[in-house]
Amino acid sequence: MDRRESIKSLLVGSIAGGGLLLEGCAPNSEAVIKKNIWDYKYGRTPKEAAFDEKLLQEKFFDDSELNLIVVLANLILPPTKEGTIEQAGVPEFIEFMMKDVPEFQTKIRGGLMWLNSYSNQNFKKRFVNISENEQKDILDKIAFPNPDLEIQSHEVQFFSLLRNLVMTGYFTSEVGVSEIDYQGNMPNVWDGVPEDVLKSVGVAYDQDWIDRCIDQDKRNEQAEWDDQGNLLT
Amino acid sequence: MEIIENTKYYDVIIVGSGAGGGMATKVLADSGLKVAVIEAGPHFDPANPDQQTQFKWAHESPRRGAGTQRDFGEYDMAYGGWDIEGEPYNRIGDTQFDWYRSRMLGGRTNHWGRISLRFGPNDFKSKDKDGLGENWPIGYEDIKPYYDKVDKLIGVFGTKENMYNDPDGFFLPPPKPRLHELFYIKGARKSNVKVIPSRLSVLTKRINPERGVCFYCGQCNRSCSVYADFSSGSCLIFPAQKSGGQIDLYVDSMVHRVDVDENGKATGVSYISKKDRLEYRLKSKVVVLAASACSSARILLNSKSTQHPNGLGNSSDLIGKYLHDSTGTDRVVFVPKLMDRKTYNEDGVGGMHVYSPWWLDNKNLDFPRGYHIEVWGGLGMPSYGTGFDPNLLNEHLGLPVGGYGNSLRQDVKKFYGSVMGMSGRGESIAQKENYCEIDPTQVDQYGIPVLRFNYHWSDFEKKQANHMHDTFEEIAHNMGGIVLGDKPGKDKNFGLHAPGRIIHEVGTTRMGSDPKTSVVNEFERLHDVENVFIVDAGPFVSQADKNPTWTILALSWRTADHIIDQFKKQNF
Repeated sequence: MDRRESIKSLLVGSIAGGGLLLEGCAPNSEAVIKKNIWDYKYGRTPKEAAFDEKLLQEKFFDDSELNLIVVLANLILPPTKEGTIEQAGVPEFIEFMMKDVPEFQTKIRGGLMWLNSYSNQNFKKRFVNISENEQKDILDKIAFPNPDLEIQSHEVQFFSLLRNLVMTGYFTSEVGVSEIDYQGNMPNVWDGVPEDVLKSVGVAYDQDWIDRCIDQDKRNEQAEWDDQGNLLT
Repeated sequence: MEIIENTKYYDVIIVGSGAGGGMATKVLADSGLKVAVIEAGPHFDPANPDQQTQFKWAHESPRRGAGTQRDFGEYDMAYGGWDIEGEPYNRIGDTQFDWYRSRMLGGRTNHWGRISLRFGPNDFKSKDKDGLGENWPIGYEDIKPYYDKVDKLIGVFGTKENMYNDPDGFFLPPPKPRLHELFYIKGARKSNVKVIPSRLSVLTKRINPERGVCFYCGQCNRSCSVYADFSSGSCLIFPAQKSGGQIDLYVDSMVHRVDVDENGKATGVSYISKKDRLEYRLKSKVVVLAASACSSARILLNSKSTQHPNGLGNSSDLIGKYLHDSTGTDRVVFVPKLMDRKTYNEDGVGGMHVYSPWWLDNKNLDFPRGYHIEVWGGLGMPSYGTGFDPNLLNEHLGLPVGGYGNSLRQDVKKFYGSVMGMSGRGESIAQKENYCEIDPTQVDQYGIPVLRFNYHWSDFEKKQANHMHDTFEEIAHNMGGIVLGDKPGKDKNFGLHAPGRIIHEVGTTRMGSDPKTSVVNEFERLHDVENVFIVDAGPFVSQADKNPTWTILALSWRTADHIIDQFKKQNF
C-alpha cells in the first residue's frame, strides 16, 4: 500500500498511542458497564475488541469533570436544529479518548482544574456556576491562539485540544455527518462531477479524457480484449 | 517439547500469503501440485462480516476511527503496523528505518493503494543509463507476457498512453476525475507536468463472474467485500481453493527456519504456532519464500546449518544487503476556489483517479532516476480528525483563527473539500551499505532472533525530494492553490520520509546471474540451493518509481511456471 494515507491521517490528526494501563480508576457500576459494552460489529480482531471493552469499563473523569466538559462543549458548539453535543455523543467520546490516548489525560484534566481555579479567582465561583457571559469572558482569553507565539500558553493549548475533540466528536457523529452533508459510504456509481458544480468553479472535462473513461452502462459486461490490449466490450 | 513432525508431504511449501505468495499459490495449485501455505497471521476474508470494516461509520466505534489501534485508522485492513507487540526490530546507530508488517492472510495486499504500474524497459537496465546501481539479469521483454497475464487475471484500469517506459497493458477503463483532480490536471499541465488517468487494480468493469464490480465507496484500504479490488486472499488464494486446488492453509504460524538435508538441499520448514507456542516441522520438495523482503531475509539468515553456515543461500554474504524503499515526500494545498462546495458523493475508487508518471530527463537534473506524483483530496467521509483546527485556514483569508460558538460549524463546512495533497514517490539507488541483518542480542516472543537495520539516504534521494517540493509548489500555484507550511529545508532532508515509511522495501535477496554478486537467479531461485525460491520483493535489483506489487505478481507467476516446468522434468 502506498503511504499517501499516512499523510492523510497526519492531516486529519490521527494520533498513535494507547495501550497503557490506567491506574487508580474506579470501575464503573454494572449498569454503566452494560450500557457501555460496545456490541457493534466493526471488524475488530479479538485482541482489539478486548482492549476496547477494557477501556469502556474504566472511568476516567469524575462526575464534576464530565459536567464541566458538557458545559464547555455546549459553549464550543451550542445546540442547533442540526444537532447537539449530546446527540453526537461527544462527552462519551472524549471520555473514551482519554483512555485511548493517555497523553491527553493530564492536558485535559489539568486544564479543567486550571479553568476552575481561574474562575474562582476572578468570579469567586467554579466555571459551571458563573454566568454565561462570565464564561465567555474567560473563553475569549483562551480560545484564540497568538499568531506571534511558536508555542502557545498552556490554557490556549488546553482549549485547542478540547475544541478539537469536541469538533471531531461532533462531525464524526450521525448528526455531524448529516450536517457536513457527506453523501457517500454507500454503493453507487461514480460518473463524474455534476455539471452544475463544474460550472460553478469554472472547470470542465476534456472530451477526449472522458471518452476513454468507463461507460457505466457497460460496467457489468465482462471485459474482453484483442491481442493488442484494446478493450472489445 | 520436541518438534512436532507433520506427516504430510507437500510438493511446495509457500511461506507468506501476500502478493507473491498468493500468486505462487494460485499458479502452483492450479497446475495440480500439492501446496501448503504458511501465514504468520490469522485467516482473513473481507466478505466475513466479523472481520469486515467496509461501510462502517466513524460513529460505529468509540474512537471514531482514530489510528490508536491501527496505524492508518482503525478501519484500515492491516493487522499489524510499524510496531507489533512482542515482535521488535532494532536500528543501528542513527539509522531511521521503520518496518511495516501486516500479519493476516493476504498480508499487505488487503490495505494497499492498488497502484499497479509495470516497470518499463529502462527500469530493468538503469545502470546502462547512469552507471549507478545494477542492471537486472532480465529485461522488460522477459516479464511482459506475465504482466499481460496479471492484468487479465486480476484487472487494472488505465489508458493506453504509448509511453516507452510506462508500458500499456490490458486495461479496464478508468473512472472520471474528481473535482480537485481537475484542478490538479490544470495546474500540472500549466507546469508542463504530464497527467494521465491512474492505473489501479480496481474493477471498474466485470472481469469474471466470481468477482464484483466496483461500487465506488472509496474504501479499498478496508479490503473489498465483493472482491472488486485486488487482495491476495480474495483474488488468488480463494479462487485457487474453489477450483479444487490441493491447498492446506496454516495460519498463525511463524516460520523461522528452512530445514536442509545433509546435501544442503531444503527439506521443508519449521514454524512456531502462535496458538499453542509449539514448534512444528513441515516437509516438501520445494520451498517458496514470500514472507516480504525483510522477513524472507530474516528466515534465510536464521537458517544456519553445517552445510550453510552463513545462513541459507548466503554464500555471497549479500542477504539483507541492498535493502531499499521508495523515496517519498508530500505537500498539502489549500484551494480557495473549492471553499463552500456544493456536496455530492465523491467517494470514487479507493485512491486517485489521475496521476503524473515521471516526465523529465535526468540529464538536466542534479539527481538520478525519477518519481511520480499521486494526488488526493475531495469530499471524504468524516473520521477522527475531521474538525480539528476548524478554521486554521482562515489565516490565508485574513480572518481570525480560533474561537468558539456556532461560527465553527460554518467554518468546518466552508473548508470541507477545499484541501488536497500531492505525494511524490520516487526511485532510490540500492546501496550495499543499506541492509538488514540478524541482531544477535535479541529474540522476539517466539524465540526467533530479530532484525536490525542500517539505512541512510544519500544526497541523490534528498535532492529528489527537494525537486518534488519545487514541483508541488509550482503546480499548486498554477492550480490557484496555496501550499500549506514552508518547504522543508536541507536540515529536514527536504521532507524526505524515513526509509521504510513508503512500505516498498525491496532488494534484500537480489537477483543476478553471478552467484558472487547476487542471491537468486533470474527465476528467483537461490544460487546456492536448487529447491528454494523467493517470490516477494527481495529479488528486486532496483524498483523504479513504480509501486512494486505488479512486478512482484508478474515475477512470482514466472517463477511458478518455472517450478512447474522443473517438476515436469522431475528435477525436484
